[in-house]
Amino acid sequence: MRVSIDSGVCIGSGMCALTAPSVFDQDDDGFGLVRPGKEDGAGDPLVKEAARGCPVQAIATGD
Amino acid sequence: MSVTDSPATAFPQARTCPYRPPAAYPELAARGPLARVRLYDGREVWAVTGHAEARALLTDPRISSDRQNPSFPAIVPRAEAQGERELPLIGVDDPRHARQRRMLIPAFGLKRIAAMRPWIQRTVDGLLDAMLAAGPGADLVSAYALPVPSMAICYLLGVPYADHDFFEGTSRELIGAQGPEEARAARDKFMGYFHGLIEEKERRLATAGGSGDGLLDELVAGPLADGRMDRDELVMIALLLLVAGHETTSNMISLGAYTLLEHPDQLAALRAEPALMAGAVEELLRLLSIADGLPRVALEDIECHGVTIRAGDGLLFPASVVNRDPAVYPDPDTLDVRRSARHHVAFGFGVHQCLGQNLARAELEIALTRLFARIPTLRLAVAPDEVPVKPAGTLQGLFALPVTW
Repeated sequence: MRVSIDSGVCIGSGMCALTAPSVFDQDDDGFGLVRPGKEDGAGDPLVKEAARGCPVQAIATGD
Repeated sequence: MSVTDSPATAFPQARTCPYRPPAAYPELAARGPLARVRLYDGREVWAVTGHAEARALLTDPRISSDRQNPSFPAIVPRAEAQGERELPLIGVDDPRHARQRRMLIPAFGLKRIAAMRPWIQRTVDGLLDAMLAAGPGADLVSAYALPVPSMAICYLLGVPYADHDFFEGTSRELIGAQGPEEARAARDKFMGYFHGLIEEKERRLATAGGSGDGLLDELVAGPLADGRMDRDELVMIALLLLVAGHETTSNMISLGAYTLLEHPDQLAALRAEPALMAGAVEELLRLLSIADGLPRVALEDIECHGVTIRAGDGLLFPASVVNRDPAVYPDPDTLDVRRSARHHVAFGFGVHQCLGQNLARAELEIALTRLFARIPTLRLAVAPDEVPVKPAGTLQGLFALPVTW
């Protein structure tokens, strides 16, 4: 899995970081980011939930 | 009978029980994920009640939030004044919306809100100290549910809380306006106030005193000074953030406290296991769905679940019904603080999802936790059905919540 966030689309809702905090965080400006080293999703089943919960579908979870 | 043959239900209707949708709303869902409803002016619009359909339509770029579109539905008479001035953020579409929102996102980010938590806790405890000293007995709305978010949004924006009688009163006039004239008068009062406040902040910035540290100070020193935002736009953004920041959360705190008092088993579970509170807040947001009827307008014909939404059709999203879709939430009418209430649309969905949602979460979690921890014997001072519920509209809540201990 390759997890990424389209920062041009992100609205900073924080849903990803609240849903799967082991993989997602927010930067100091409130935009979502994938934690360094966790770009493969770290096997966390909540990554898919976070992607589904993103209000603007800014999260890609390609194989 | 096809969807379009069904008689249209009047919308909005008043709640009888403050934490349940009006009796006629669940019947809308029985008619399918899209049903026709009739507004006060006789216009018929779509009510979207299915969870999947609401998520799809709220993220569809053919669905617009532009309140200056002549076809934008007015849900209550006061909304007839809505097209007269651009309403930033909630009333505009991308790219204009994105430009405005991106200037505000940093102030509402998770880290900034987390840094506010100790302040929120001190504020909440100060209000509880005062309530306990004056009691037993209080109106939980005026003593607690309103001042918590009101003080928090003032702190975040850099608005003097000393002006709270003015802005809370004017906010009530704006939201409770019977028609467009009253709404216009309240809006103009607010605009005069914010023009004055922004000029004062500019003067302060230009003198040795330097800038204050609220969001409005940052916007005056940054986007206003360098021309990315004009003065009227900043005034309207300030108005919107101040009103949205205290009216919504205030309703959630009072209604959340009422709902927990009416579910003693759930309250006992929360007391025994305080770590459940963050999940309980999501469940209360889902169940109470206080912003109950987000309006939109279709810009093009859209096929959805076998019906054609025509360009120019109005749409409403009654969150209280969407958030009770049994396909997503088993036993949806039951308050269950242990359930995963994830994916509710209480904050909306799509690019307009609530900017202040994480501030609201922090306030609700701290306010409800501290309330029941500090006043363990808290109870209603009147019969549950005597609590005054706000009238039919798109923002639900309580006018007062008499409690004692």
